[in-house]
Amino acid sequence: MSSPAERVREIIVEQLGVNAEQVTDESKFVEDLGADSLDTVELVMALEEEFGTEIPDEEAEKLTTVGEAIAYVQKIVGG
Amino acid sequence: MGFAGKTALITGGARGIGRAIAEELAAAGATLAIVDVLQDVAEATAAAFRERGVEAAAFVANVASPADVERLFGEVMARFGKIDILINNAGITRDNLIMRMKEEEWDAVIAVNLKGTFNCIKAASRPMLKARSGCIVNIASVVGVMGNAGQANYSASKAGVIGLTKTAAKELASRGITVNAVAPGYIATDMTGKLSEEARKAFLTVVPLARPGTPQDVARAVRFLCSEDAAYITGQVLHVDGGMLM
Repeated sequence: MSSPAERVREIIVEQLGVNAEQVTDESKFVEDLGADSLDTVELVMALEEEFGTEIPDEEAEKLTTVGEAIAYVQKIVGG
Repeated sequence: MGFAGKTALITGGARGIGRAIAEELAAAGATLAIVDVLQDVAEATAAAFRERGVEAAAFVANVASPADVERLFGEVMARFGKIDILINNAGITRDNLIMRMKEEEWDAVIAVNLKGTFNCIKAASRPMLKARSGCIVNIASVVGVMGNAGQANYSASKAGVIGLTKTAAKELASRGITVNAVAPGYIATDMTGKLSEEARKAFLTVVPLARPGTPQDVARAVRFLCSEDAAYITGQVLHVDGGMLM
């Protein structure tokens, strides 16, 4: 079973159609990974589904980098 | 069978124009989720379709309630696994002159016709985004463009539906989802059957094709917008009104 961080990275690669090498903790979804506003909504939807949780809008807005998304998920699921 | 394997959710689908739309889509092979606020009519309509071999199920919901709509979409997804086509047809009238219109009359019509359409688009966008395809058709009205004395609430709700249609079309287009509106004119239904003979005649003088439209006239336009033939059409308002508005 892969770690939450790995699962988050896999979802980002799949949702945004980018290469795994591009996905570093510092990568910004919009500036670095080319996400549009709908992409970021879909990314949050995919994370919600993967981790069986609901991410409130005010939290979702703060998730602008890969590292922030990983940290948020780790806080929820632990690990 | 253009819609074989596709699931169509039709609000207000048990009667009138909604039922005619259900007929057209079913004739082209669609599976039907018939939604109505009245359980018995929804059940009866769905049962009538099943008797003819159409896969159809009845669902009860008040589209004005976000909680109801969320439950509805959950039930339809559980039953059919997907929603390819959404027809926002549920609508009500509470006619009155502005001077006499009560707040409840205004609110009720906006809640069902406009907020209900928004609620359903919001709920449908999730499965449609994931599927990277989908077709939404909202039923507007010629009075949403022209206005109509005695229908401040109804005409405002339908004008709102037209704006909503265009915004939804822009937001969802990049994911292969089309959103259009059909704006019926004077259509012979139970709703317009209540008009006096005089009012009916007055109406027809402004219809170049000089006859009331039928629910089928509207339903065929909806079927077209859901078909592959309309794949490159989005954000449009198709007027089905015998030439009333030009």
